[in-house]
Amino acid sequence: MISKGGNAVAEHIIELVDISKTYDSTTEVLKTINLYIRKNEFLTLLGPSGCGKTTTLRIIGGFEQPTTGKVLFEGKDITSLPPYKRRVNTVFQKYALFSHLNVEENIAFGLKIKKVDKDTIKEKVRSALKLVNLEGYEKRSVDSLSGGQQQRIAIARALVNEPDVLLLDEPLGALDLKLRQDMQVELKRMQKQLGITFIYVTHDQEEALTMSDTIVVMKDGIIQQIGTPEDIYNEPKNAFVADFIGESNILSGIMKQDFLVEFCNHKFDCVDKGFEINEPVDVVIRPEDIEIFSNDSGKLEGIVESITFKGVHYEMIIKTDSFSFMAHNTNMYPQNSKVTIDVAPENIHIMKKAVN
Amino acid sequence: MKRRFLAYPYFIWMIIFIVVPLILVLFYSLTISTENGFVFTLDNFKTFLQPIYLKVLWRSLSLAGISTLICLILGYPTALILASRQMSKKSFLMFLFVLPMWMNFLLRTYAWLTLLEKNGFINTILSFFGIEPIQLLYNDGAVILGMVYNFLPFMVLPIYSVLKKINHSVIEAAEDLGANQYIVFRKVIFPLSLPGVFSGISMVFMPAVTTFVISRLLGGGQYMLIGNLIERQFTSVYDWHFGSAVSIIMMIIILISMGVMSKYDNQQEGGGLW
Repeated sequence: MISKGGNAVAEHIIELVDISKTYDSTTEVLKTINLYIRKNEFLTLLGPSGCGKTTTLRIIGGFEQPTTGKVLFEGKDITSLPPYKRRVNTVFQKYALFSHLNVEENIAFGLKIKKVDKDTIKEKVRSALKLVNLEGYEKRSVDSLSGGQQQRIAIARALVNEPDVLLLDEPLGALDLKLRQDMQVELKRMQKQLGITFIYVTHDQEEALTMSDTIVVMKDGIIQQIGTPEDIYNEPKNAFVADFIGESNILSGIMKQDFLVEFCNHKFDCVDKGFEINEPVDVVIRPEDIEIFSNDSGKLEGIVESITFKGVHYEMIIKTDSFSFMAHNTNMYPQNSKVTIDVAPENIHIMKKAVN
Repeated sequence: MKRRFLAYPYFIWMIIFIVVPLILVLFYSLTISTENGFVFTLDNFKTFLQPIYLKVLWRSLSLAGISTLICLILGYPTALILASRQMSKKSFLMFLFVLPMWMNFLLRTYAWLTLLEKNGFINTILSFFGIEPIQLLYNDGAVILGMVYNFLPFMVLPIYSVLKKINHSVIEAAEDLGANQYIVFRKVIFPLSLPGVFSGISMVFMPAVTTFVISRLLGGGQYMLIGNLIERQFTSVYDWHFGSAVSIIMMIIILISMGVMSKYDNQQEGGGLW
């Protein structure tokens, strides 16, 4: 990633080099994490709970020390720097507002420590509140605010310090669906407007896909895949990523030759190559990529076992001789009816068997 | 609400042993006995306004105040250490701290007598170094020592319970916003612990200002605090009317200080000892 006028190192605002973290000398939370974060990008650490995403964020924030490895900030080693000396600010999962202070005092907390003069503080608090759409809330007590409002105050409190990097630890986890979606859009807007690097932690794949420039999928303290939302969704590197990002049908298959895979006792054309002949592989097919026919133009025969209405589409379980496929389709095929299914070659994703 | 009758036994208990005696005390304080029976008067309260009694009141308040301050100075750091996350031997330390409280209050105070006496433990040790025996007992210092020793846990425990409830992420948030350890304490931990401090202050100040056992044992027979004054009216002077009046005055002082405290402690938290 080399851009005009800058070298590769300057582009990387934060770099994690060989970071590992072990608790009580036995529990390995992170196993050799290497990651760089570009300036002004919205990067999401995504994974199930216990995958080490929050630990990674806390190491960047300085709340935890890595067991091995280095954290670089604009090329400089900041591994042993305490949180209060880092140019990053954090939005905590449970907001962590100061209940003994009102909204204005909460937001002004960081500025007061930096000894900014009073008029400037007032002005900055006002514009921070404007940014999060809570103008005129200065004198409210934080306990009187709703969850969504408290969350915005927490964001304003962090952003008012004009950090180079904003860390967000599942900030929307406690909000209801509608509010969460609104906040997703707003966070993305703020990030673009301010041009700040966001590092966002979530276990919600939809949230990650909506907001991120880059997604880092983690599992068991190991980075599984790094890529754009499109990459991660369309070209998952392994079965775990495929399963975690959206719903997937994951089958065992055998690679017959380049561009030809066999599963469910049928051979299918595909777009993957480079496997050994007769190598066992994982085959991943997205539910929306399964084509359904009420006549026998499809390759596999099956019976519609169950139907669930999901709003935009129907979710159907189609049982064939060897596998029950989950399929999404805007057309409804009646329960217990006979159908045939097929998958286009570009929608069949072949992955190396996961080593367990 | 249906099971209200379950509270009746306690209700009756309360009426017989709290409400009725209170009314009696109030009645006694407002009367004097003459040959024609009881006569209503405010004389008992007027008597209290004499300098000699006001001096006793002042001494009680100031000794209790000093003891409370010392308890706060000793107790806050202790509570802070007990509540800190690094403390691994926490329960053992807590156990040591609470252990003396399982012993009888009187016994604990008597123990100080043998330590502080003219031929007591401390003076014996001092004599090994050729130091003349020091008068350790029967002065303000001994009474303050007794108060601090007996009431210190009442300062530590409420502060500890509030400190322990402070969410660690709030402390991290403050650090994140640029606060070093000193600022985190001054701007976050201490303000958040104030409810515990206030309830600690009232839980030490109230018993300290009314004690008569500590002042009797460690202050000596002539030592007079407001508690001793009241006790004497009932047990040796037999002026129940004046004794009741002083009790009422004491109660009013306590109620006022409680009111002032609860005004600061508007969160109504941190009272619970256990």
